[in-house]
Amino acid sequence: MPLAKRIIPCLDVRDGRVVKGVKFIDIRDAGDPVEVARRYDQEGADEITFLDITASSDDRETIVHVVERVANEVFIPLTVGGGIRCVEDVQRMLNAGADKVAINTAAVFNPEFVKEASDRVGSQCIVVAIDAKKVSAEGEPNRWEIFTHGGRKETGLDAIEWAKKMADFGAGEILLTSMDRDGTKIGFDLELTRAIAEAVPVPVIASGGVGNLDHLAEGILEGKADAVLAASIFHFAEYTVGEAKQKMADRGIEVRL
Amino acid sequence: MSLIAVVDYGMGNLRSVSKALEHVASSDQKVIVTSDPADIAAADHVVFPGQGAARDCMLELKQRGLIEPVLKAAREKPFFGICMGMQVLLAHSKENDGVDCMGLYDGEVRFFGTAFAENKIDAKKELLKIPHMGWNRVHQAQAHPLWNGVEQDSRFYFVHSYYVSPEDKSITAGETEFGINFVSAIARDNVFATQFHPEKSAADGLQLLENFTKWNGSPN
Repeated sequence: MPLAKRIIPCLDVRDGRVVKGVKFIDIRDAGDPVEVARRYDQEGADEITFLDITASSDDRETIVHVVERVANEVFIPLTVGGGIRCVEDVQRMLNAGADKVAINTAAVFNPEFVKEASDRVGSQCIVVAIDAKKVSAEGEPNRWEIFTHGGRKETGLDAIEWAKKMADFGAGEILLTSMDRDGTKIGFDLELTRAIAEAVPVPVIASGGVGNLDHLAEGILEGKADAVLAASIFHFAEYTVGEAKQKMADRGIEVRL
Repeated sequence: MSLIAVVDYGMGNLRSVSKALEHVASSDQKVIVTSDPADIAAADHVVFPGQGAARDCMLELKQRGLIEPVLKAAREKPFFGICMGMQVLLAHSKENDGVDCMGLYDGEVRFFGTAFAENKIDAKKELLKIPHMGWNRVHQAQAHPLWNGVEQDSRFYFVHSYYVSPEDKSITAGETEFGINFVSAIARDNVFATQFHPEKSAADGLQLLENFTKWNGSPN
């Protein structure tokens, strides 16, 4: 199929600046979001995702201005996540120039919010972010559950069932993060990715655990994901987005070069 | 000062469209986002974007009294429809249990899922996810001034679940494969319209928009 698999660099934004750090520890300034986004665009990023990790909810306006500034100059799809709690938040981000909004914790506490938001702005604008962790013991059939608060709080929700429900409620896309793999650099949880990708009728973005370019390719080839998201391998300039695409192309994956 | 009007009927965010046009327009062109029929009538170029469901789009257009002004522009001056702004140019959409649209072109707007079923395509097995979302190739089906500087089979950014099926196949300007072959761009006289989003399609998208801002509306 000629539809390209997508590579999506993810930027953590705090107080209007791109920051980088591992698991929220040792966070350092990594530049102006517009500059970084422009660089990723030039390198061939298919989309860019901003994750607002601003600690205080009073400072939500800052991310709105970031999105506006980026959208003025970077003409590829932009997704914004972090702290999206109501339809007004969704609308504000879209008006600022975001194409999609990622809803995470708020969906868990109020699944109807996803319905309401997709009814209002269309499914194509709504990404539901799912943080999943394996809960089955060694030797048992695989089972993953949804966790919130950076993987610390369990919800008891089965990840596959939850993903199906979210697609049913109007999610146009699922951003799937393995909390077991996040920050480990040992690759995606491919079994989880594949289980979700094969269960839902909407595109799935794999996230969590990328340490090298082969991991990205595996997310597509074995995980059956439609897109792969990575943060640290691009931020720390270990690899460029262009190199990532070349690697995927070399492994026979359809990409936009 | 020449005027480029982006038609605002409350469906979707038009900021990206207007910013992209500003990015490529020449210094003597002004881009405005407007729902005023007088602006549309006065404009030299008209861009008709849109996002959301067909029923809501048609309802908003009707309530704002924009159907006639938009159709008039589409008959008279360089006109660019984007995404839903392309779909509602057809006679009918299958979305929302069937919606009558603007009828500039005969034909209908169909759901990918229906097409897959009719063609016995196992979407689940083939992992054909709906919406059709991402960068896909557009095969230029005819030479056109708007394709200037855009390579054959370049990729553009799509996000949609329905596609246009015009009766007159000669208006096909671009085709894309997603399980089936569908019409991803149409062109006739002074009208050009795309299913994909040029404002989100990086350099090739900007090239297309730049060509539009320079276009006099003649298909040759």
